[in-house]
Amino acid sequence: MIDFLKRIFLVDILKGMALTFRYTYRKVYTEQYPLEKPKLAERYRGAPRLNNDPVTGETLCIACDLCAEICPEDLIVVGSQRDPESRKKVLTHYTFDTSRCLFCGLCQEVCPTNAIELTQDFELAAYDRRSMVWDRKRLEKGWDRIDFGKDYHK
Amino acid sequence: MKAMEESTVLDAKVLELNMGPQHPSTHGVLRVKLKLDGERVVDAECIIGYLHRGVEKISENRSYIECVPYYDRTDYIAAVSNVYGFLLGVEAMMQIEVPKRAQYIRIMMTEFSRIASHLLWLATHAIDIGAMTVFLYCFREREEILKLFEALFGARLTTHAFRVGGLWKDLPPGFVEAARKFIDEFPERVDEYEQLLTKNRIWMARTQGIGVISGKEAIEWGLTGPVLRGSGVRHDVRKDRPYGGYEEFDFDVPVGENGDTYDRYLVRLEEMHQSRRIIQQVLDRLPDGPVRGKAPKIVKPPVGEYYSGIDGPRGELGYYIVSDGSAHPFRVRIRPPTFISLQVLRRLVKGHLMADVIAIIGTLDIVLGEVDR
Ligand code: SF4
Ligand code: SF4
Repeated sequence: MIDFLKRIFLVDILKGMALTFRYTYRKVYTEQYPLEKPKLAERYRGAPRLNNDPVTGETLCIACDLCAEICPEDLIVVGSQRDPESRKKVLTHYTFDTSRCLFCGLCQEVCPTNAIELTQDFELAAYDRRSMVWDRKRLEKGWDRIDFGKDYHK
Repeated sequence: MKAMEESTVLDAKVLELNMGPQHPSTHGVLRVKLKLDGERVVDAECIIGYLHRGVEKISENRSYIECVPYYDRTDYIAAVSNVYGFLLGVEAMMQIEVPKRAQYIRIMMTEFSRIASHLLWLATHAIDIGAMTVFLYCFREREEILKLFEALFGARLTTHAFRVGGLWKDLPPGFVEAARKFIDEFPERVDEYEQLLTKNRIWMARTQGIGVISGKEAIEWGLTGPVLRGSGVRHDVRKDRPYGGYEEFDFDVPVGENGDTYDRYLVRLEEMHQSRRIIQQVLDRLPDGPVRGKAPKIVKPPVGEYYSGIDGPRGELGYYIVSDGSAHPFRVRIRPPTFISLQVLRRLVKGHLMADVIAIIGTLDIVLGEVDR
């Protein structure tokens, strides 16, 4: 009998409605993404950066080629030259193809000097494939954020 | 022609209809060729392969360390457990000791990924059947778990969670508190889903008695995971062949009775509670110590073969690794649970209505990335 009455008075449906109604007065969980940038974790693996020594401004990379070796997609190319005087390897060029990267983080894990690093930037879209291959200059500068300003999305 | 003969109710013509590969309810790029008699399904044929990337072949050309990120991309909904299964195999072959703390964290994160995967399943299953609100609530909770993944692993979906011999890094500061906060609130949230669905008459009408499979038949089809347990068979690799330290934790294996869509729904909801119990135990007993054992720089398992199977969110996920002693696997065969549960779709949908096909695809919880690999 009680079951029958519950069916007649749509108790199951009304219970659900009550729950959704309660949410009207709760805090909004949604993040307004383009307007509001999400705060990413420190370990987030996003756009790559080739770090320079903060004091001297020289590159930290010693051209050991380990990152290119470990990379599953073989997308890092390290070019080096031996300095005839100091007999040290010097980095000549460095390219990183972000379009093929898995963002697995193996390259930053093996790097002995923390030169290559995956940063918190994640907006990697580009207009063509060629501009997704980042050269040394772009890697050292880091990601050039295009900031349209607050009014852009209105 | 055969199908035509079967459908002699009104001698109607059998209509062939392609569902997918772009259909939103096929959870990826599954194409189902349906033979319809009015709204009744006479026959169905799954056509797969739209997401084939050849992960098994790629593995043969990569070293064991480099393989790991690719397995994230097979079952991308539960990337953590994929990597876990493979690494357990490699570690067993090389007899690498994984420190206790790393083992515990691995179990905790795998259970988190089970919850996240079941939440995504519930969300999409509910929205397929027509319950929009649950979708939004489930995604809110899943977001919290993804934030934990991001803090610990550095990525949300393709996590590259574990490394040979342990973890990449130890837990970040504040992680344990955040995890505790989540599991404390979680039962309340599951109650909300239950309030919306479990006794809801539309939900019950759409799921009860739909896609029934008996326990015996489920075993014959080779089903595992919640699909098998929904039919009343108590099979769980975590209990039957404990791996990675699962024997130290206390949890139950929920089973259903009727083997229909509704029971599989109840089983998965209860599994989320059980995963929560495991996480609670891990957090209470988390030992100190290193998180990465002594693993050689170059991973070269000895010549031999090894099968490591784990209980992923969708069933038994196995890796059969053949090593020829070099740094590259000779062959890696992945036993994908959803590839095997997808074959039963044809058997389940026969005789049901067109709208139930969507409910049945949902209840099998397939991920096309894993089916096609
Ligand atoms: S993140 Fe992985 S795929 Fe990308 S460059 Fe580094 S090693 Fe290669
Ligand atoms: S591993 Fe580091 S130091 Fe070596 S080549 Fe790569 S970026 Fe340079």
